[in-house]
Amino acid sequence: MRQHKLALCKTHFPQWIVDQTQRFVEKYQMFTPQERVLVAVSGGKDSLSLWDILWQLGYQADGLYIGLGIEGGIGYSDESQRLSEQFAHERGLRLVTVDVEGEYGRTIPELALQTYRGKGKPCSVCGLSKRHIMNRAAVQGGYDVLVTGHNLDDEAAVLFGNTLTWITGYMLRQGPVLAARAGMVRKAKPLCRFYEREMAAYALVRGIEYIYDECPHAVGSKTIYYKELLNRLEADRPGAKQSFYLSFLQAKENGFFRTPDPEQDGSQEIGADGKLLHPCPICGQPTSSGGECAFCRMVAEIR
Amino acid sequence: MVKLILRKEEFEVKAGMTVQHTLEKVGLDSHSVLATLQGELLTDDEILHEGDVIKLVPVISGGRL
Repeated sequence: MRQHKLALCKTHFPQWIVDQTQRFVEKYQMFTPQERVLVAVSGGKDSLSLWDILWQLGYQADGLYIGLGIEGGIGYSDESQRLSEQFAHERGLRLVTVDVEGEYGRTIPELALQTYRGKGKPCSVCGLSKRHIMNRAAVQGGYDVLVTGHNLDDEAAVLFGNTLTWITGYMLRQGPVLAARAGMVRKAKPLCRFYEREMAAYALVRGIEYIYDECPHAVGSKTIYYKELLNRLEADRPGAKQSFYLSFLQAKENGFFRTPDPEQDGSQEIGADGKLLHPCPICGQPTSSGGECAFCRMVAEIR
Repeated sequence: MVKLILRKEEFEVKAGMTVQHTLEKVGLDSHSVLATLQGELLTDDEILHEGDVIKLVPVISGGRL
């Protein structure tokens, strides 16, 4: 691992990952051993590795799998669900499953075809739906924090994309922890300091079976393109991705990104678009939209 | 020769190079894949031998939560 100037054997490498994760959980005050953690799992290497790490560290961590109904000619959702269930069963862990088609009558690809937001491209509908469902599951299940398997490459790619167009509202919200607000549980990313390659190596060394196939709708995505660009930079300058992300966090801490002034009563909050948040009248989750939140509007469109 | 397998693609290269050099030879980025031999993870500096069949595991994912 040239970015860390460190080389570890297959015995000490997974332990290093576990130890570092604990260090980051504490450093960024993500959650405590007394709190209930909901791990959003997709059947992929990062989320299953995260759940494996938290299990080893003794946290009260249940999993949440969302069935998106993506077939793509490879049975993508079915296989990812099978692997998530297998993982949980092998370790005696609890996995909560939510099926999008079962709850809303449409799979994600169908929602994309039939709604204005989707315009035939599932990614926007998928992200909106997953965020809504994850938060709802965490709130209704009484969990203190929702964690996701976002790694350093993910964070650097998102930051890179937002920097290209200076979407400062989103940059302000990006970080290892997103504080809870009315109707929204705290969110954390315990793997945000690990390279994607390190997480893949961890999963392999630990013998974690995960879905190797990429989501069929991710082909040509901007995220993957930005990751490839950043990897080319990293090849010439080991540590560049890490430096990019950590310097950003430091800049935020130093006040480089400012929030708009809140209303005088101090009880209202600001969304990523700079608008005031209020509870959606249908689901109660915070939204900056004039009435219902984007997810509830989308569901209403198909009903 | 060494055989490299990445999903449905196969490559053949001469033996005797490190994992990293072998990947560069076939135009692959060592940050984007991990090399395994009979299920065991290989490091970038390990030498590949005649007859090795290397399964490459893609690292980059794009379908995020």
